[in-house]
Amino acid sequence: MSIESRPPPSLFWPKLRRAVGGRAGWSGLVLQIAFVALLVWIGYEIVANARANLQAQRVASGFGFLDNTAGFAVSQALIPYSESNTYARVFVVGLLNTLIVSVIGIIFATIFGFLVGLGRLSPNWLLSRLSGGYVELVRNLPLLFQILFWYLAVLATLPNPRQSISLFDKFFLSNRGFVIPKPIEQASFGPFVIAIVIAIVASLLLRSYARRQLFDHGRMLKIWPYGLGLLIGLPLIVCLVLGAPVTFEIPALRGFNFAGGSRIIPEFIALTLALSTYTAAFIAEIVRAGVQSVNKGQMEAGSSLGLSRGTVLRLIVVPQAMRVILPPLTNQYLNLTKNSSLAVAIGYPDLFSVFAGTTLSQTGQAIEIIAITMGVYLLISLVTSAVMSYYGWRINRNLGAT
Amino acid sequence: MKRLAILSAMVLIAGASTQAANAQTLKTVKDRGILSCGVSQGLPGFSSPDDKGNWTGLDVDVCRAIAAAVFNDPTKVKFVPLSAKDRFTALQSGEIDVLSRNSTWTLSRDTSLGLNYTGVTYYDGQGFLVRKSLKVNSALELNSASVCVQTGTTNEQNVADYFKANNMKYEIIAFGTADETVKAYEAGRCDVFTSDVSQLYAERLKVANPADHGVLPEVISKEPLGPVVRHGDDQWFDIVKWTLFAMVNAEELGITQKNVDEMAKSDKPELKRVFGTDGNLGETLGLTKDWVSRIIKAVGNYGETFDRNVGAGSKLQIARGLNKLWNQGGIQYAPPIR
Repeated sequence: MSIESRPPPSLFWPKLRRAVGGRAGWSGLVLQIAFVALLVWIGYEIVANARANLQAQRVASGFGFLDNTAGFAVSQALIPYSESNTYARVFVVGLLNTLIVSVIGIIFATIFGFLVGLGRLSPNWLLSRLSGGYVELVRNLPLLFQILFWYLAVLATLPNPRQSISLFDKFFLSNRGFVIPKPIEQASFGPFVIAIVIAIVASLLLRSYARRQLFDHGRMLKIWPYGLGLLIGLPLIVCLVLGAPVTFEIPALRGFNFAGGSRIIPEFIALTLALSTYTAAFIAEIVRAGVQSVNKGQMEAGSSLGLSRGTVLRLIVVPQAMRVILPPLTNQYLNLTKNSSLAVAIGYPDLFSVFAGTTLSQTGQAIEIIAITMGVYLLISLVTSAVMSYYGWRINRNLGAT
Repeated sequence: MKRLAILSAMVLIAGASTQAANAQTLKTVKDRGILSCGVSQGLPGFSSPDDKGNWTGLDVDVCRAIAAAVFNDPTKVKFVPLSAKDRFTALQSGEIDVLSRNSTWTLSRDTSLGLNYTGVTYYDGQGFLVRKSLKVNSALELNSASVCVQTGTTNEQNVADYFKANNMKYEIIAFGTADETVKAYEAGRCDVFTSDVSQLYAERLKVANPADHGVLPEVISKEPLGPVVRHGDDQWFDIVKWTLFAMVNAEELGITQKNVDEMAKSDKPELKRVFGTDGNLGETLGLTKDWVSRIIKAVGNYGETFDRNVGAGSKLQIARGLNKLWNQGGIQYAPPIR
């Protein structure tokens, strides 16, 4: 006996209803429209109200102020900047200062965080207790306190420039910061850079060759001496043939401060130290959780092949742990970037300090400046998480996950 | 600080409280029953809280005088401590009714910030504080020095102008609050601390050995300091302005906290107008006829509050200088009450 197969009922209308109205159907659609209308109305009211209020108080508005002369100096500028530049340039200077402290902080925090996290899992009793103690101490103290501690501790113990601690009479550490010889490019600088690039590319090729040998023939080649030789040897040959690529301007004490050389200001040092050690404590916990999430059979299997603990971690455990580590790690990177705005407490000229601080109080353009600043922090965060998502996607692909 | 700036911007956007505060500040203040007055975060002589939380100082007395004129009670003031960076936003957004916080009167602040300066409580100028051990005798010897300054102040721009005009190099380090600036100066982060001279004397009291630090002779700018209100409320503008003028006029007329009751009985025509026994000058301001005696009973005349807070009768021991009355060699001058 055969069953008549009926044509399925047209599902178009129910589908549409579900699509636009969710579970509640058509009434859900009405609610959604009403909600959107309410949002639009509130938005309109906010804008209209702000405009009316600003006009009533005769506060100038718009973005024209960005072209005005700033008239104040900034202690650290990565691009040429002087008092006669515009507020727009102040914005760029502040943004670069925020980015440099964030990027360097993230690099240090990642390296240190991984070391501490793996150290905590180490069978070495002392190392694991030390790592654990570090994590517990650092993550339980407020960040602002730690920034002030580093800043005031660094400053209070350092001598003034006239009695600065010097290394070979070329590097000087004082309460004005760390002064180092400033490199000045010479004619052979171009070839020198090219030699380094060639050495890096050659080392990478060597590495992929070694990998192929490992995967295809099971041969483990020791390539690091060759890579190191290339990286040091090639630039060295260029130096010997064409002369030194850079000469150094040696700083000298003149008047109150050092003249010549490059200087890393103590505010930068304190902020980077505080941000990276603080974030490293959180990263260490994330790494620990990630490694522990990998089945311990993986570790045992690696050991039974005769691989050392370090090799097993590097080649087998950490790559699998990265899938768990990556999302919370991204959050820590975002936190570090946003926390850099605490810089204002120690006079480091980051975006929040020079733009949302000084520029705001001089121009009074609160709405415009706060809007720009919020937009910039949002953009930095979105870019960071996009980069990390891409990296995560690549890891998943390499591990063969879908 | 950060939160305050964002909050203020939001309040400015939402505007609900601004609109109410905008037109009728007097009514808002009376309905609230307390005056909200923005002051510094602690500057001895101008506005600082003691260990019991009572605020004193020259700027504080202006707030008390306004409260006395409005409520007949100088204690009805809520003091809102503000950093230099946040002070104007707090006023614009309606968080405070008046800003009495050693703020310099400049054209841009008076116009594009949407504010009105009501007068000058203290004629000041910018100077430099240095360690005596540096053996510097003039600001012109400061080439290549590191300079600590409070961010968002006119000082930050003046120092840039001064070093540029004299062809000197310098490094500026700008901090969010006065306390942070002094700490960094004391820790040796900078050679010089620059600010208004009155403030240098006040902040010097905070370092470990005040005698080891001295103010250089150069005064590099004009810094007229005075109370500020929002644009758009002329009545409130008048009240704050004339409270200050009443204090200066009282000194000129010899009215003091002690003799105010006696003087009020005088039948001199000038005093009768001031005390409201003739005419209704106080009522045209939106206050009561006895507004002047209320103010003087609460804080005394301008000279009295100057002496008590920053002058001879205080720890700061600042000479009256420019702040003497116009008929005694200074430039303090108030329009007549008539």
